[in-house]
Amino acid sequence: MTFQFNSLIDFLNMAGHGPYVWASYAITTIALVTLVVYPLMQKKQIIAQIRRQQRISNPPE
Amino acid sequence: MGWQWFHQLGSPRWFYEKTSRWMPWIGAIALILLVVGAVWGLAYAPVDAKQGNSYRIIYIHVPAAFLALAGYYIMAIAGAVGIIWQMKLSYTVMRSAAPIGATLTFIALVTGAVWGKPTWGTWWVWDARITSMLILFFLYLGVMALQGAYQNQNTANKAGAILALVGTINIPIIYKSVDWWFTLHQPATLKLTGESSIDPSMAYPLLIMIAGFYGLYAWLLMHWTRMDILHSEQKTAWVKALVSSK
Repeated sequence: MTFQFNSLIDFLNMAGHGPYVWASYAITTIALVTLVVYPLMQKKQIIAQIRRQQRISNPPE
Repeated sequence: MGWQWFHQLGSPRWFYEKTSRWMPWIGAIALILLVVGAVWGLAYAPVDAKQGNSYRIIYIHVPAAFLALAGYYIMAIAGAVGIIWQMKLSYTVMRSAAPIGATLTFIALVTGAVWGKPTWGTWWVWDARITSMLILFFLYLGVMALQGAYQNQNTANKAGAILALVGTINIPIIYKSVDWWFTLHQPATLKLTGESSIDPSMAYPLLIMIAGFYGLYAWLLMHWTRMDILHSEQKTAWVKALVSSK
């Protein structure tokens, strides 16, 4: 197995196809990261809401 | 053997606690496969004789499309199980599968368009494969939209499940579209039976990426389902205990 390009510039450029290839990988990464982050934010909100409810139902002395 | 596992599987709490233990492993394996597959595909797989380097988009395009289709089956089956056995968790899985599937279909469509530009000279064409994938995207969005369309959660779930089941007609059409109406989209690269049209040196990273996407999909489905469980079970004692113990 060998590295298919002569240099890093060559790798980024991909003989003219670089922008297409890298744009595809960038869009995919952003979309997948969104799928990971969105529920985390939701979860934070839900937990905060449950905490609020708990404070209302049994307030601290 | 009893049916205990089946009832346990329907318990949101059981699901939540089990997946807490599974998810780190599944996530780690998926991440390793995706990184190895992407680096291999981008830097070490040989260049394509006809398409040049643009073909390297295959390493995300095909796995995303694979999971967009497999995810639709999962959503439809979860919906059917929900209707037949009135299983709450099953509807939760169905609801979670919709945004994940929509995103994967979106990735397949966008990377396909970007790949099409240098290869076919156009971003978009009303080819049978592309059009049926667009319909798949709208089916996913439809299941998501139905969740917000009803006051009653049970009605929304049933409506979503019925739409998901009716939409399965589209799946074999997508699979067969490249053979039935061969216009612009190339025929399948990997075949379960018969010779694949790809050289092993290019196929290995593709198979690794497909495995990685399967792992990522499993992880994401659990991730979204857990968030939904926390939301719908927030009045229960176990969720309250879970929150106050943190």
